[in-house]
Amino acid sequence: MEKMGIQFVLGGQEIYIHDTLVNSVVIVLALSIFFMIVSRKIKAADPTKPPKGVVHAMEIFVTTINGFVSSTMGKSGKGFEPYIGTLAIYLAIANLLGLTGFSPPTSDYNVTLSLAIMTFFLTQFFGLKKQGFGYLKGMAEPYVLLLPINLIGEIANPISLSFRLFGNIVSGVVIMTLLYNALGWIAPVLTPVLHAYFDVFAGLIQTFIFTILTMIFISGAMGEE
Amino acid sequence: MLEGITSEAFVMGCSAIGAGLAAIAGIGPGIGQGYAAGKGAEAVGRQPEAQGDIIRTMIMGQAIAETTGIYGLVIAMILLFVNPFV
Repeated sequence: MEKMGIQFVLGGQEIYIHDTLVNSVVIVLALSIFFMIVSRKIKAADPTKPPKGVVHAMEIFVTTINGFVSSTMGKSGKGFEPYIGTLAIYLAIANLLGLTGFSPPTSDYNVTLSLAIMTFFLTQFFGLKKQGFGYLKGMAEPYVLLLPINLIGEIANPISLSFRLFGNIVSGVVIMTLLYNALGWIAPVLTPVLHAYFDVFAGLIQTFIFTILTMIFISGAMGEE
Repeated sequence: MLEGITSEAFVMGCSAIGAGLAAIAGIGPGIGQGYAAGKGAEAVGRQPEAQGDIIRTMIMGQAIAETTGIYGLVIAMILLFVNPFV
């Protein structure tokens, strides 16, 4: 694979920023600008008339996310809709970036691990906030000797969550690179089907899985009402 | 017999064999996911009105079953691209 990305020398040391990180920042900036424009449009929209255009699309999206969160997390999911929606948009765009020929940010383990660590800390924070000492006590149940196993199980969650997303996306990238190198001039004829599978299907399924597992971990740590 | 082969090339070749062996881990999730999909199809046949819930549960279970295969893939890729033994 050829080297893409930003390379510069700072204080006599060569610093190399991977193109996945550059793409990640570009996606975040583009989405920020897009949603600033959309929020200005929503504020200017007339609430008495039926919505149209991008305002209508955003209303459908927000309603879908709200229904998705409340059907998965129940009553305890109130207030999580913005985080889950942001995660879903970012992951969907990041996974679909493979279609454009740039390397998707989620094919870098840094990105997936930081997203999984965010889920991990949210899980622990809301578990402690909601259940207090009972959450720590729950680690040693039903038996004090099971405490190390429960702790390992808790730490294994972000690792498996990040490896799942990373492995799915990077396997698609590796297979597509091998195919493009092997097929030569006939590649543009044969690869669109595989792009549809590896980038669109696998990418959107993994977006869904990551968000739903985040919700399940958080609502599991918060316990039943 | 090994004359003309540097020790680094030998380690790289053995790592490639190891990566191929690690990718065999994909068999397990394949069987498991197929089994889950078959059961899901059975459940939809019995209760077509619960199709949405069944598909969601099935895909989630399949994604979790996939993890072991992904571990095998990650080990294969570490051996090939960021070889720790060279």
